[in-house]
Amino acid sequence: MGLWPTYAHDEASDALPKAPTGISGFDDITFGGLPRGRATVVTGAAGAGKSMFAVEFLARGVLDHDEPGVLLSFEESSEELVANAGSLGFDLDAMCADGALVVDSAVGQTDDLLQSGQFDLEGLFLRLKASIEAVGARRVVLDTVETLFATLPDEIAVRREFGRLLRWLKGQDLTVVVTAEKGERRLTRHGVEEYVSDCVVVLDHRIDDEVATRRMRVAKYRGSQHGTNEFPFLITGRGLVVMPLHQVDPEAVSDERIGLGIPALDEMLGGGVFRGSTTMISGSAGTGKTTIAVTAADAACTRGERALFLSLEEPAGQILRNMRSVGVDLDRWRTEGLLRVEHLRPATMGLEEHLAALHLMLDEHRPDVVVIDAVGSLNRGVAAGASASVVARDIALLRSRGVTAVLTALTDEAGVEITEVSASSLVDAWLLLRNVEADGERNRLLYAIKNRGSAHSNQVREFLLTEHGPELVDVFVGPDGVVTGSRRELQEEEERRRERARRAEHARLDAELERRRAEVEAQVASLRRQLEAEVAAVAARADTEAASAVAVARDRAAAARRRSGDGTS
Amino acid sequence: MSGPETEGSARAPDAGFFRLRLYVAGQTPRSALAQANLAQVCESYLPGRHEIEVVDLLDQPDRARTDGVLVIPTLVRCLPEPVRKVVGDLSDTTRLLAGLEVSGVGGLGDVAS
Repeated sequence: MGLWPTYAHDEASDALPKAPTGISGFDDITFGGLPRGRATVVTGAAGAGKSMFAVEFLARGVLDHDEPGVLLSFEESSEELVANAGSLGFDLDAMCADGALVVDSAVGQTDDLLQSGQFDLEGLFLRLKASIEAVGARRVVLDTVETLFATLPDEIAVRREFGRLLRWLKGQDLTVVVTAEKGERRLTRHGVEEYVSDCVVVLDHRIDDEVATRRMRVAKYRGSQHGTNEFPFLITGRGLVVMPLHQVDPEAVSDERIGLGIPALDEMLGGGVFRGSTTMISGSAGTGKTTIAVTAADAACTRGERALFLSLEEPAGQILRNMRSVGVDLDRWRTEGLLRVEHLRPATMGLEEHLAALHLMLDEHRPDVVVIDAVGSLNRGVAAGASASVVARDIALLRSRGVTAVLTALTDEAGVEITEVSASSLVDAWLLLRNVEADGERNRLLYAIKNRGSAHSNQVREFLLTEHGPELVDVFVGPDGVVTGSRRELQEEEERRRERARRAEHARLDAELERRRAEVEAQVASLRRQLEAEVAAVAARADTEAASAVAVARDRAAAARRRSGDGTS
Repeated sequence: MSGPETEGSARAPDAGFFRLRLYVAGQTPRSALAQANLAQVCESYLPGRHEIEVVDLLDQPDRARTDGVLVIPTLVRCLPEPVRKVVGDLSDTTRLLAGLEVSGVGGLGDVAS
């Protein structure tokens, strides 16, 4: 869980008064800004963004906090300072004209000084004092003090005077930023941090796999909690943007569910995904991740919401064409201005530029739903670890804006890659698409691996790309597990054949039974007739016997009469 | 500036003339020491061909910024050109002379002739 440190911020233990820098994200990681009335050293190599940090600190103080400032630079001319600030969107000339800022350049003024005897920096003191009093400054920037140490002839004297200067500035209750060059084995080349012990901010401009990334770290903050991680930051046309690693909870977590455009999928997810949540669709090549993601954007536009489709893989035209072939027409949404399709090539772009570009697009288009396809592509331009962290940064950025995000991630068939592993803990819903190879064809299965905030079982569906768009079909669970595609169809046909056979058998058995019943009944009838015949025969014989007995008796009587009749006749 | 400029242009052909400006901040011991050291060196090495202006930044605080002064004391050789700067209480005479390029005066004179 290294990506998501949780800061249990205790207000009571953090009573140190702070001066908000106004630098986006920085005041979050320092819980309020720089120590008020104290000095902060901002250190880093040349080009790390020290001066930019310092200038924005002053400009925001003037613009947003009604705190006039003094900028004393040993490195750049006033013209250069004004131009550089202009690139951040700050008009220093206007602030000076308003009497809220003094821009003083001492560039070159410590060059070629020959020393003869002891000296001090009383001139610097008086110079700063005059500027501070001129505008009633609350903030002071010294950029870059290294120059003093590097060019003045007596370093011991400079150290003594620098320490005295900082004590004096703190005594004036001024919030001070001192920029200094990064040292080899210490934070600054000349150990400036020994005098500026309140807060140390380290800026870094690193090259990872040939892609430059800016990072910021609060190395020290006396008396205050602070995030100790390295935070990537951007220098944009609207100032610095520090990307906090910790999750910025949107003001209200939405209970509203929104559909992803595939009814069966929404049903599978318990009615869709939560608004403002992040859904990851991962899978290997050709599994249909992009199609599902595009369908989600299409569904958003159908609801009348705004969507941003950010492709890191294919150019926009290619996506639109591919989607038409599966029945999703995105052109009309683009025409209506609801959909913006952008293609960024990660390989040619640093993480900073990537995030800055995303920032800018979110500001300009203000989408409700953002699709990024595919975050795994970030790997091509940058180191794997950096890619995973930029995915986390993307998610944090989208989440902080309450945007519903659908990200796709490419995984290889064999296993899961780093983006999947690390990002899976950051997303709310995770769908996994898997190719299933059997009987010489590939079919797709869709698993709902995770669905935060919803009752769900680890469900699986077969995913079909039809000309009417994507569809989900209940999978057939056969004796050998899940069966898909034509094998599923074969299975189903076999099932139907068996059913027909079973029914035929039933009918046959019924007929047989009927026949047996008829047969038995016929037999019964026959037996009954036989019995009746026998009964009749018996009766007939009894009659005959009776008749013959009568006849016998009559014969006997006749015979007797004949014997006696001889006498009587 | 017309006055000093006229004065300067009048003396410009004399390449050996030194116009010097010493920035101090109040009458501190270091400030006093620098002024004393400078006066002494000028008397010894640049007699009659130098001019010293002392600027006290306590009296004119804006000149620290306009004149680009950070280190106190700062001695500026305004003439002869190019401008040279020496910082410190000027107690190291050798380095002060090297800083003012006083040894190069003869060479400049040759160029002028």
